[in-house]
Amino acid sequence: MSTSRDAEHLLRDLAPQVLGALVRRYGHFDMCEDAVQEALLAASLQWPDGGTPERPKAWLITVASRRLTDALRSDESRRRREDSAAQADRDALVAVATDADDTDLQDDTLTLLFLCCHPVLTPSSQLALTLRAVGGLTTAEIARAFLVPETTMAQRISRAKERIRAAGATFTPPDDTERDGRLRVVLHVLYLVFNEGYAATSGPEAARADLTAEAIRLARAVHRLLPNDGEVQGLLALMLLTDARRPARVDADGGLVPLDEQDRVRWDRVMIDEGLALVTGALSSAPLGPYQVQAAIAALHAEARRAGDTDWAQIAALYALLEHLTPNPVVTLNRAVAVAMVEGPEAGLAMLEPLDGDERVSTSHRLDAVRAHLYDLAGDHDAATRHYLAAARSTTSIPERRFLRSRADRCAQR
Amino acid sequence: MKYMLLIYQNPAAMQALPEAEKQAIMAEAGAVMDELVEAGEWVGGEALADPSLAKTVRVRDGVPAVTDGPFAEAKEQVVGVCIVDCETEDRVIDIATRWPDARFWGMEVRPLLSPDGVEM
Repeated sequence: MSTSRDAEHLLRDLAPQVLGALVRRYGHFDMCEDAVQEALLAASLQWPDGGTPERPKAWLITVASRRLTDALRSDESRRRREDSAAQADRDALVAVATDADDTDLQDDTLTLLFLCCHPVLTPSSQLALTLRAVGGLTTAEIARAFLVPETTMAQRISRAKERIRAAGATFTPPDDTERDGRLRVVLHVLYLVFNEGYAATSGPEAARADLTAEAIRLARAVHRLLPNDGEVQGLLALMLLTDARRPARVDADGGLVPLDEQDRVRWDRVMIDEGLALVTGALSSAPLGPYQVQAAIAALHAEARRAGDTDWAQIAALYALLEHLTPNPVVTLNRAVAVAMVEGPEAGLAMLEPLDGDERVSTSHRLDAVRAHLYDLAGDHDAATRHYLAAARSTTSIPERRFLRSRADRCAQR
Repeated sequence: MKYMLLIYQNPAAMQALPEAEKQAIMAEAGAVMDELVEAGEWVGGEALADPSLAKTVRVRDGVPAVTDGPFAEAKEQVVGVCIVDCETEDRVIDIATRWPDARFWGMEVRPLLSPDGVEM
């Protein structure tokens, strides 16, 4: 079993390198991407029985190049039939196709990530294309993870590639003026991939949990390429410290367990240690960005062996910093919880008042849920019950609704 | 985020429309569907047979009672459903607005419950 898992990891690791080599040589990102998928499929069928070739990357490049030239050829002959005047320089392309050397030292993963997370794409298209072109996942795997039909996902991916082509995007890294902003988008997409997997509590769990592993794998790859970027370190640390809690976040009945009630012995210490080391490195770099601050908050939770040991004063200070860096009502909600733990629930409730006028959260279940929690802490069980029920009505998550209703029941009985 | 669009129609009123107009309405809905498929937003959907073919099943005290016709007695009935996966609710509202049945009768937009959740 582990060998097929290893083979799968090898293929996924090689996918962006092979695609990079192809696009670099032939252009045509969209067609190269299809060709690489076909080569990966061929490898997954042939390698388990025939053995992994000595130079797997060269093997994949050769096979993908052949598929690409076949596709270009049939594309070309179709075009010739349609328009005999059309001429292209594809003979030159075919000539180099047999030359599949393995000497490309340049890692194209980052350039590919920039392309897949191109600003002309919607977030869901960026996610899908990144997982396929950089992650080496098949369309079927991505479709399963997002719980949509394969044809829908195939359409999303081909449309994303079309938009990239229409935007005239090329396979070159963004220039210095754009680079920082584009890297933020890449990190955000990896963060979304992670969340998509982390939020899964049931259903085809393996496929979805795989997304967190995939996000961590890609974040590691970016970290390897940009070892001194504090935000990359921060994001990877945040993922590790969050994923470390996975074994404790859902109980035996599939119900969500809040942070303060989780059995911390079940947290993954190896991941936590790796995450903590990264946070220490990340915090020494300037300027500080939002992923570093969120990772630092996750680190404080991870360091507390019991919920009662949590350093809430520092967490509240970090949320204040995060609010300053990225003003956003969800951060304010979290900050209110931390402040309540330090100064008492009334202080937290007071912080929530301005959010009633903020339409980004005023109708969301999160505001009601936090308010309910703070009333609960303050001993106002009627108000807590009311807000827990309101939150349960407005969430679209089954496990969250279950959790909020059970909290409402508990309050009502006090 | 996934949503179900419930398409409401008054089947008798629809039936009474001239054939050309019926065709035009169906073509209009078909165009919106094509757009959803093309955008990778279409998850699934079906048209329902006439409400007169509906059976309503109720079990009381362990005894099943099956009656002819839809659950609610109303002129407007659900005649079809689609499930879409869209980036924003605004986008779904836009789709519902452009569905021709919205002009004559109504469309109901319902978010689907997700099996996902985060610890609170």
